[in-house]
Amino acid sequence: MSDLEQFRMETRKWLEANCPAEMREPVRDEEDVYWGGRNASFKNDAQKAWFEACVEKGYTVPAWPKEYGGAGLSAPEAKVLREEMARIDARPPLSSFGIWMLGPALLHFGTEGQKQRFLNEIAHGEIRWCQGYSEPGSGSDLVSLQTYGEDKGDHWVVNGQKVWTSYADQADWIFCLVRTDKANKYQGITFMLIDMATKGVSTKPIKLISGNSPFCETFLEDVAVPKSYGEDIPAQVGEVNRGWDVAKYLLGHEREMISGAGGGDRTAAIGAAMKRHAAKTGDDLDPVLRAELAMFDVDALAYSAMGEKFLDEAKAGRAHPAQPNMMKYAGTELNKRRHELMMAAGGSRSLEWESEDTGGGKPARSWLRTKANSIEGGTSEVMLNVVSKRILELPGG
Amino acid sequence: MPLYHDEDQAMLADTASSFMAEEGNIQKQLRHWRDRDCKDGFGHGLWKQMAELGFTGILVEEDQGGLGMGYVEAGIVLEEIGRNLTPSPFLTSSVLAATALSHGSHDMKARYLPGLVAGDSVFAVAVDETAKHRPERITTRAEKSGNGFLLTGSKSFVVYGGSADMIVVAARTSGSDNEAEGITLFAVPKDAKGMSHDAVRLVDSSMATYTKFDGVELDGDAVIGEVDGGREVLDAMLRAGRIGAAAEGVGVARGAMDRTVDYLKQRKQFGKLIGEFQALQHRAAHLYSEVEIARAVTIKTQQLLDAGAESADMMTSVAKAKVAKTARLAVQEGVQMHGGIGMTDEYDIGLFMKRDRALAEFLGDSYYHANRVAEMSGY
Repeated sequence: MSDLEQFRMETRKWLEANCPAEMREPVRDEEDVYWGGRNASFKNDAQKAWFEACVEKGYTVPAWPKEYGGAGLSAPEAKVLREEMARIDARPPLSSFGIWMLGPALLHFGTEGQKQRFLNEIAHGEIRWCQGYSEPGSGSDLVSLQTYGEDKGDHWVVNGQKVWTSYADQADWIFCLVRTDKANKYQGITFMLIDMATKGVSTKPIKLISGNSPFCETFLEDVAVPKSYGEDIPAQVGEVNRGWDVAKYLLGHEREMISGAGGGDRTAAIGAAMKRHAAKTGDDLDPVLRAELAMFDVDALAYSAMGEKFLDEAKAGRAHPAQPNMMKYAGTELNKRRHELMMAAGGSRSLEWESEDTGGGKPARSWLRTKANSIEGGTSEVMLNVVSKRILELPGG
Repeated sequence: MPLYHDEDQAMLADTASSFMAEEGNIQKQLRHWRDRDCKDGFGHGLWKQMAELGFTGILVEEDQGGLGMGYVEAGIVLEEIGRNLTPSPFLTSSVLAATALSHGSHDMKARYLPGLVAGDSVFAVAVDETAKHRPERITTRAEKSGNGFLLTGSKSFVVYGGSADMIVVAARTSGSDNEAEGITLFAVPKDAKGMSHDAVRLVDSSMATYTKFDGVELDGDAVIGEVDGGREVLDAMLRAGRIGAAAEGVGVARGAMDRTVDYLKQRKQFGKLIGEFQALQHRAAHLYSEVEIARAVTIKTQQLLDAGAESADMMTSVAKAKVAKTARLAVQEGVQMHGGIGMTDEYDIGLFMKRDRALAEFLGDSYYHANRVAEMSGY
């Protein structure tokens, strides 16, 4: 038996012993997701047990080094773990922007002190992070951001407003982009870590067209940010004024995540499911709708092959660095189309906003939510700009 | 298997790419034969050169003198054929007919394959009977007669049928027109008595025939595989041809896109390079995305077919449909972005539009294959 097969058998045994039955169900709503943090509470004992078992094993962040709270798994081992968890439909033990976004940035740009402290806190679910990039005047044109940090020697005084900060009202800390040099567009931005309990930080939720929202506005008024949180723990990641490098690195991660490059249900074919769905309500698929579903399925299955190819090429270091932009563009446009078709197939039932049958208007709310896919993490237009300039090398500013 | 070419395949791609660009290019082949009103629609010299490189026998087993490679490798050659619009009987002979012949008897292989591998023979396939691809319905009949058969009926869109030394014909040996079973494939030689061709030149300058079988006498050994059991062989042949046509279509899309992107970098209007205009940049970037996705599903499907995977049949239809949609976008955007000059015969971009039209129709268009995907998915 190869080492990897051995690892698979051990993993299977460990999951069997440690993943409670209640945690082997697809996530149904927000309560099923555990985000950690200072004020976190568990939905039930099973969620708690599953989380604690994973923390102990390093499985909240399996690929991170052991000294930072991970399990130190190799890429093939991490893949085996993912496959084995998927096999039993195991829920993620911990969801967190710390894992998805700040962690990769710290691993790449952080000091040893920052890694020791923050990566461990993230892995153990002790701290919940939110991301402060966008501002009311700086969406796709992120580099035009205005939030300003004035240098006061041993600390910064930060003033400004962030927007679309997901779950800011429940987060403990925020990693955000702050302008620290007004004269320099790209090289005047610092990637700063700010405790949200600091005086002057406040948040306000934003209600969206879907009726609910994870998003907030975050206000920073005369917030005093110490330049250091301890020995070798500076408040900024990377160098002062070089936060754009960190942000760009992270945006790459975010786009891959949003595009669903790893597969998942946003690229799955839906025609058969829509037919079953229609049959349940006593409807037939209109032949023209059926034709559109068939064309969609062709595109979705082809995109899913693209996702696989992209991952294979990325692993082998063959993918063009701007390829995630193309994946993000194509994936999010596809997902919007998918939900338009699902609404059409659902008919009047999918219009229901509050009924029990629709789980409180899930089809309609999801449909509305997808409209943000081609805006968040860089609009489709920005993605196309990047592809045309960096891959096709078309001319002009 | 990762979804990119391994070292050997990358080497083959290099060989195919430089050979087609040098010897198979539009000026030397497509325009050359078209402007001479060539009745074959392709050059036998190039076919011989392709044999010297081993391309003709790429899918033929090694003990028959071929290279014994798979659909990924055949696709590599076809993509380069597509990029250069090279007129060639490769798809009909080395992919479709070769796949059918792999199910033939030892004697049949010995009779036909050496000629194919040497680049001396050209093969065609006769499946369609109507203007749209409907292989589910076969009315051409082969009646038992002595030790052999009498073949009666007519076929359309027999690509390169007039030049072919042998035509693979799908005929009915039992059952009624729309039945899946009761089909038999025959290898009908060029000189078979009672076979006649009505040749037509198509929009892309290629040649096809309406072929009539008026009581063609066939020996029993003309049967490929089993009598009445030909549907399986026919399906295998069609899958091979469809993924081959998809690979060629990816080449057509890439060829059109590359020319268009180059043009955007050269042509000035309103004092600017037109490639500086965002309206055109976004359309070019969208086209690039679609071409990448079409390439991905094509190589994915080639690998599935080579591995004999169960999902290969449906994915073949996904690939054929996706590529047809993508190549259509590429040629339409190509002509439009070239502006008036894109409508001239002097510029090559219009030739891509013509080839796309013919290739999309061959072995089922995007509608046919999307419908097949829906049926196989159960809706």
